[in-house]
Amino acid sequence: MSQAFTKSMARNIFFGGSAFFFLLLVALTFDTMQVLPKRDHRENITPAVERGKMVWEKNNCIGCHTLLGEGAYYAPELGNVYARRGGGEFIKAWIKSRPAEGTPGNRRQMPQFNLTDQELDDMVAFLKWTGEINTAKWPPNIEG
Amino acid sequence: MQYQSQAVAKPYFIAAIGLFVGQILFGLIMGLQYVMGDFLFPAIPFNVARMVHTNLLIVWLLFGFMGAAYYMIPEESETELFSPKLALLTFWVFLVAGALTIVGYLTVPYATLAKFTFNDLWPTMGREFLEQPLVTKVGIVLVALSMLFNLTMTVLKGRKTSISIVLLMGLWGLAVFFLFSFYNPSNLVLDKYFWWWTVHLWVEGVWELILGSLLAFVLIKVTGVDREIIEKWLYMIIAMVLITGIIGMGHHYYWIGTPEYWQWFGSVFSALEPIPFFMMTVFAFNMVNRRRREHPNKAAVLWALGTGVMAFLGAGVWGFLHTLAPVNFYTHGTQITAAHGHMAFYGAYAMVVMTIISYAMPMLRGRAANSEKSQVLEMWSFWLMTVAMVFITLFLTAAGILQVWLQRVSTEPLGFMAAQDQVTLFYWLREISGVIFLIGLVLYIISFFVKGETKEAA
Repeated sequence: MSQAFTKSMARNIFFGGSAFFFLLLVALTFDTMQVLPKRDHRENITPAVERGKMVWEKNNCIGCHTLLGEGAYYAPELGNVYARRGGGEFIKAWIKSRPAEGTPGNRRQMPQFNLTDQELDDMVAFLKWTGEINTAKWPPNIEG
Repeated sequence: MQYQSQAVAKPYFIAAIGLFVGQILFGLIMGLQYVMGDFLFPAIPFNVARMVHTNLLIVWLLFGFMGAAYYMIPEESETELFSPKLALLTFWVFLVAGALTIVGYLTVPYATLAKFTFNDLWPTMGREFLEQPLVTKVGIVLVALSMLFNLTMTVLKGRKTSISIVLLMGLWGLAVFFLFSFYNPSNLVLDKYFWWWTVHLWVEGVWELILGSLLAFVLIKVTGVDREIIEKWLYMIIAMVLITGIIGMGHHYYWIGTPEYWQWFGSVFSALEPIPFFMMTVFAFNMVNRRRREHPNKAAVLWALGTGVMAFLGAGVWGFLHTLAPVNFYTHGTQITAAHGHMAFYGAYAMVVMTIISYAMPMLRGRAANSEKSQVLEMWSFWLMTVAMVFITLFLTAAGILQVWLQRVSTEPLGFMAAQDQVTLFYWLREISGVIFLIGLVLYIISFFVKGETKEAA
């Protein structure tokens, strides 16, 4: 860099540029917050959905699965699992039937979380609501 | 070392390396669970191993950053640290809190841990990377505030250099953006939106300020190049970091319910995010080429150059690979993401911490540089770990490309597990690379204990 370009000019670009783009982020965030209710259908967040999110978090499901593509890549995407498995019955039966000591053979294991019937219903409500978020057509197909 | 109080950095560095070992061991466990699904089940399920792996990474990097700051700030400010006692107390608080959290993860089911730590009162747990119980999160904030108070007071009473100002801004930013981890609305979209304000604004924002200042500090010391030139580079690099990286956050807002215009903002700005990393590489090589002295610590120079190159490859190139929205539509949440994550964290953050440790640790032990023998071993560990990480990244990328093809592109898409079964070979190769990485890490630790002829620190 030439001598005409001084450290204080570089510093000004840093402070000016950062401040400008942070303000732009705040502005875009403000706009996003206005638009989101139409995309996340928050009117459908029932107490069951709220409790279901708690069940999801308390059992660290994100440690194996992705949800809307975020999380761990060890187990299937669950953002669209409600649609993929044709409703909640499969989901509940699957979670309930994991053997505590593991499935025989060299398969990836899902723990037995000992969820109550209420917790299972809440989890399904949460996954159903999640599946209805407008995600710009992601994932590419039903396999997630 | 020029100031007695810089010595508080030493336990921070030792703890960082110790936790690094733990991180790698759990990485190997997870790697094996990818191909031998029942390994250590049900004692350590994958989700627990992963939480330990990622949390140890974060904590050891934080130990590294803090150690670096306690070492650099007195020297930059040309004065003793405001309170070395507080820095030591903070160290033990952080270490004990971190250790208890990890023990909690490993000994009781996560749901039990959540219950015992009153997660119901203020739920913050169970979100990727932010799995810590509320009390640990509060602890992290207190540790950060104690450090920031200590460092800020030191800078205020001493010389104010650009390096220490940038470092302080980075550390303050780290603390401020961590506060978003306490916000967990029941609306998943809002939760995800602001989760990124911690995660993205850390690793693609303020952490890069810390990275830049650590690199600049070591380059001044080992090359003897004029401070004005190095600090000018530093400001240009971090200017580009935030100009591209703040709106670059849009690349996380493509598919989580956020409006479609983020696909444009995210693609355009994050496509520019490699620029500051490229500048970092040019910067490191340029300064070393223009060096005015031959510093006896060759290993530290190697780490500094390596950081530039690997950060550019891992964060820059591998980030760009899947950052454009039309590409990300197919790669989002696959092994491509894992590949990028591994090389970016190693190349940018793990390596810069090892750069500052490589430079500062001999000083803390009263010599300008380690013995020739010790340095040769350290450089072997550099190459083993770095090459192993390149291969881990390449194998995960191969697995990811196949996964995307089999599961999302082909005319008859396979289910998730069926696609995973097809790429097992690459997971085995990744695990073998992981073992090589561990060997490199063991050599790295041994290098600290290799004796030999050394010169007293000036």
